Amino acid sequence: MTTARPRPAPRSGAPTEQQDAEAQPAPRPAATRPARVDPTPATGAQALVRSLESVGCDVVFGIPGGAILPAYDPLYDSTLVRHILVRHEQGAGHAATGYAQATGRVGVCIATSGPGATNLVTPLADAMLDSVPIVAITGQVGRKMIGTDAFQEADICGITLPITKHNMLVTDPADIPRAITEAFHIASTGRPGPVLVDLPKDVLQAQTTFSWPAEMELPGYRPTTKPHGKQIREAARLVAQASRPVLYVGGGVVKAEASAELMELARQTGAPVVTTLMARGVFPDSHPQNLGMPGMHGTVAAVAAMQKADLLVALGARFDDRVTGDLSTFATGAKIVHADIDPAEIGKNRVADVPIVGDAREVIGELTAALRASDAATPDLTPWWNQLESWRETFPLGYDEPADGTLSPEYVIERIGKLAGPEAIYAAGVGQHQMWAAQFIGYEHPRTWLNSGGAGTMGYGVPAAMGAKVGKPDTTVWCIDGDGCFQMTNQELATCAIEGIPIKVAVINNGNLGMVRQWQTLFYGERYSNTELGTHKHRVPDFVLLAEALGCEGLRCESKDDVDRVINEAMAIDDRPVVIDFTVGADAQVWPMVAAGTGNDQIMAARDIRPLFDDPEAGGADEVVTTVEEDR
Amino acid sequence: MSTHTLSVLVEDKPGVLARISGLFSRRGYNIQSLAVGPTEEVGISRMTICVSVDEFPLEQVTKQLNKLVNVIKIVELEPTTSVQRELVMLKVRADATVRSQVLEVTQMFRAKVVDVAPDAVTVEATGTADKLSALRRMLEPYGIREIVQSGMVALSRGPRAIAANR
Repeated sequence: MTTARPRPAPRSGAPTEQQDAEAQPAPRPAATRPARVDPTPATGAQALVRSLESVGCDVVFGIPGGAILPAYDPLYDSTLVRHILVRHEQGAGHAATGYAQATGRVGVCIATSGPGATNLVTPLADAMLDSVPIVAITGQVGRKMIGTDAFQEADICGITLPITKHNMLVTDPADIPRAITEAFHIASTGRPGPVLVDLPKDVLQAQTTFSWPAEMELPGYRPTTKPHGKQIREAARLVAQASRPVLYVGGGVVKAEASAELMELARQTGAPVVTTLMARGVFPDSHPQNLGMPGMHGTVAAVAAMQKADLLVALGARFDDRVTGDLSTFATGAKIVHADIDPAEIGKNRVADVPIVGDAREVIGELTAALRASDAATPDLTPWWNQLESWRETFPLGYDEPADGTLSPEYVIERIGKLAGPEAIYAAGVGQHQMWAAQFIGYEHPRTWLNSGGAGTMGYGVPAAMGAKVGKPDTTVWCIDGDGCFQMTNQELATCAIEGIPIKVAVINNGNLGMVRQWQTLFYGERYSNTELGTHKHRVPDFVLLAEALGCEGLRCESKDDVDRVINEAMAIDDRPVVIDFTVGADAQVWPMVAAGTGNDQIMAARDIRPLFDDPEAGGADEVVTTVEEDR
Repeated sequence: MSTHTLSVLVEDKPGVLARISGLFSRRGYNIQSLAVGPTEEVGISRMTICVSVDEFPLEQVTKQLNKLVNVIKIVELEPTTSVQRELVMLKVRADATVRSQVLEVTQMFRAKVVDVAPDAVTVEATGTADKLSALRRMLEPYGIREIVQSGMVALSRGPRAIAANR
């Protein structure tokens, strides 16, 4: 059943230019981004805003407060930087991340000192683990007050030391243009990551001079982007010799904008491609060489291919524990070519036979060229592909319709993917719905799949989708969320409604913290300690009513027959955000699965079904046996 | 596990020490000693860090250190090709009856007395960790009231210098 309630009165979208001109006192005439500005008098706050304009920033997500207030005054006049007033600083941080992941540009969030700044901690840690280029600007108490436990004081540089690529406290207003230049440079180059700039209130208020461009002083920051020719030739030699190669593609390839180069390399080698959770979309799912996602909830074909490979070519991937499972039994027969822009990732978890430090785009381009230039005879990959195809055919991704007649969450997500198509952007929360969205939506383009991979931040979805929609206003943006995640950050729907950011949110409402519940089912004897949220039993909150209270359209879908109609109804609404409460069964599980702490050979294709490709007696890689185990 | 000596050139900026010590503790590495001071170049400090790790984690330590924006250069100094020194000051119980014996030990170690009181002398010595612990063992029988010891500082032997601009 679908409940369509009376729509709230139409509201205006983003303020028009005319409204801006009326509402704001005398905007500066120069609405351009001058490449050069001679020294002119300015306050620290004006220098900050002009620096943001000059560095190319077009939108910031934030909330004002005491210490950052001086910056908000000149920001009010800016016609180049749009400020989006969020409802919680965590929303600002994830929105900056969503913006950055969707566009490839630096996302910016802004908060005041103390609790405003500490609310950015989770998004900063999230952006650090997923290498997202964001800049956080925080107010700080006045210089003389620092260290006195002043009102709304927090040592945010100290707090975020381990979760930022770099951070800085600016103590001289003359340094502001340089600090902003450096922050954007550090965030967006090398291995991208979050940078925080902390600005004391009196530094923002002080008189200084603004000039542009500002010269950077970073003697210790020199990322290596150009790969070493000898290493490329050595990698090419290994690729040319391999009879069971796998291209193990990670998020670095997305960040390097190297999907075209990757396609060329795949063509040149004929090797299978696996795309990690962070790399979904960088290589088309429709391409026959794409085996899907590896790892804990990866496809059997992708996991098995890596386990049985004689060569893994890791490109912008970091051998994360969610991919490798137990390291000592991971891909034991494979030589490793590991290309990464961060030298510290190479050899961190798995020793590389050929380490390559460099930008993924340059590495892939040069590797392809080296392979083309080589006249060495390459092994026939047909036996390997026969093996891969047999895994792919025997263990395709799939799901069973719930026996109790409830709506299947996998079906809902699959249909959203089909109806919204590969041109849409999908942002997910964290949990079962995230894995299903990674599995059952077909991605064809990079930057269409946004999620919190490394940190696993529940609540990432709604604000990230908001940021993505701001960065890509002409693209349909879906947030696939869970009922647990949605309750962490749905306040940003108010931001979306007021600021004219019409995202679509599918709440995959199974009434529980689904992934935790799945683990309780499998590993804790079905003892469901504190995973039931009451969103089914008590319908608290009622997501349709909540959506409407937040200025969105609220829809509900409870049966399979209604799924397409409700999705289409949501697709037809473009003047406000839409929330669909998909009331789904609680017992659906994410499969395949490699249980935490076990090796990838122990992958279960479905509950109690394990492909036996690790048994040398049974013919090793040449034979696939299915076994049904009696467990417990 | 073995001890390695890292000579690290860093920008002289607030918080650099916290960044480096935090990185060690966060990634589970144990700093044995750390000494920091100015260099021949204004704005650049040198840290000498002694860390006890295996060969493989040492590579991770240096790679992670190199990622810090304020870190300019890292060189591992081998004991055989570098001069490594620590400084110790020992306040030894020594009245008139044993003072001459304490001074004798002090001279043997080419240490020097930097303070004298009726019932105590303070001895200052520099050298390798081995030499300083030998001195300490020799003075212990008289009664050591207080010890302060610096972290190790080290410089490579020969004419070449570890310069920030290379």
